[in-house]
Amino acid sequence: MHEMSLMESVIEIICETARLNGARRVKSVRLDVGVLSHVDPDALLFCYEAVRHGTLAGRAKLEINRIAGKGWCLDCSKTVALKERFGACPHCGRHRVQMTAGDELKIRDMEVS
Amino acid sequence: MCAVCGCGTSPVEGHKHEAGSHGHGHGGGLDDDHHHHHGHDHHSHDHHNRDGEHDHHHAEDGSVHCRQGIAGVHVPGMGRERIIQVEREILSKNDAYATENRRYFVRQGVFALNFVSSPGSGKTSLLVRTISELKERVTINVIEGDQQTSNDAARIRETGARAVQINTGKGCHLDAHMVGHAVEDLAPEPGSVLFIENVGNLVCPAAFDLGEAHKVVVLSLTEGEDKPLKYPDMFAAADLMILNKADLLPHLDFDVGLCITNALLVNPRLQTLIVSARTGEGMEALYGWLEASAVRQDKRPKVV
Repeated sequence: MHEMSLMESVIEIICETARLNGARRVKSVRLDVGVLSHVDPDALLFCYEAVRHGTLAGRAKLEINRIAGKGWCLDCSKTVALKERFGACPHCGRHRVQMTAGDELKIRDMEVS
Repeated sequence: MCAVCGCGTSPVEGHKHEAGSHGHGHGGGLDDDHHHHHGHDHHSHDHHNRDGEHDHHHAEDGSVHCRQGIAGVHVPGMGRERIIQVEREILSKNDAYATENRRYFVRQGVFALNFVSSPGSGKTSLLVRTISELKERVTINVIEGDQQTSNDAARIRETGARAVQINTGKGCHLDAHMVGHAVEDLAPEPGSVLFIENVGNLVCPAAFDLGEAHKVVVLSLTEGEDKPLKYPDMFAAADLMILNKADLLPHLDFDVGLCITNALLVNPRLQTLIVSARTGEGMEALYGWLEASAVRQDKRPKVV
C-alpha cells in the first residue's frame, strides 16, 4: 500500500503550492499516471479520500489521467505499444524495447480559488 | 504527529524527536503548517517585480499570499478561480531527501546498500554473517526497517555492530526521510559501510530511493524462479541479485539458470551471486563485490 504515502505526498505538494499562490482552497487536482507505473489508480483514489480531509484540498476533486505505455523497439526501429512493463515488442516478439511512455507519476496541474 | 513523513508513527528506536532541533527541520507542529526544509527550490514566484508592484503579502504567520487584492476590492468578471501548473513528480519530496542522504554518504565516504526482498528470504542472516566475517576489515553499521519489533536490530547488535531500528508501523517501506533521521542518530564513521535492511516486501520499497549506492535484492531459492517476472519493479531497480539458501538447492526443483534469465529480462544489467548465509557458501564472492563496489564509489568524482 505505498499508494498511501504517494497520496500524502500529493496532498503535501498541492497544499504547499496553493499556499505559495495565495489560494484559499483547491478545487481539483489532475495527476498523470502511466499504465506501466507501479501504482494502482483505484488504490490512489481510495487513499486520496483518506488523506485529504482537514487540508486546503479537503473538497478537491481528483482526476487521474492514464498515460498509455509506449516503447522504442531497437530491432524494429520504431515506437511500439507496450502492454506490460518490460514486455516484448508486439511486432517482433523480442525484448529489446526501451520504455518511452507509461511510467509517469506526476502532478500535472490544479484548480484553485 | 507528522502526517506526511510519519515521524510520529515510525519511531526511530532511541531517536529523540525535538521539533526544530534536528537537521530535517520540522517547523511547527500542526499538520497543515508542517514544512520540510530540505533546501530544494520551492519559491518560484518573482520576489522583485520590476514594475514596482509587489504582488504578494507576507502575512504574520509567514505564509505568502500572492495576487491577493486589498480586502473588499474585487474586479467584476474576474473570478479568483485559476489553474496552477504544478508539473512535479509525486515522488519529488522523497527524492529530495534521498539526494540529501546520498550527498552525505558520498561526502563521508560511507558506502550504503539498500537490501530489499520478501519477508523470510534471509536478509538478516546474510547481514549477520557478513558483519561477523568482515568486522576485522571494515566498520559496518546497520539500519533495520520492520513494521514492528526490534528483533532484527538485536540480532545485528549481537555481532558487535551498531544498529538502529526503524519501525514503520503501518508503513510498507522505508522512505528517505526516515533513513535521514536514522543516519543522524547513527552518525556512521567515514569510510564505513552502511547496510539498510528494508521492510520485507517485494513491491513498495522499489519505488523509494533512500540515497543508497545500490539496491541489492535478496531472493531465496524456495521462493521460485519466476519472482523477477511477477515483481519486475524490484528486480529492475536493483543492481545486484543475491540468490540465498543455496544449501537447499539439492532438495528443490529450483532452476538457477531460468531465474537469472527471468531477472535479465527485466534488468539486463543485473549482476547475480549465489550464496548460503547458513553454510557460508559463495559469501567470499559477495565480500569481493562489496569491496570492489565501495572502492568504485570512492573513486567517483565528488560533487558536493
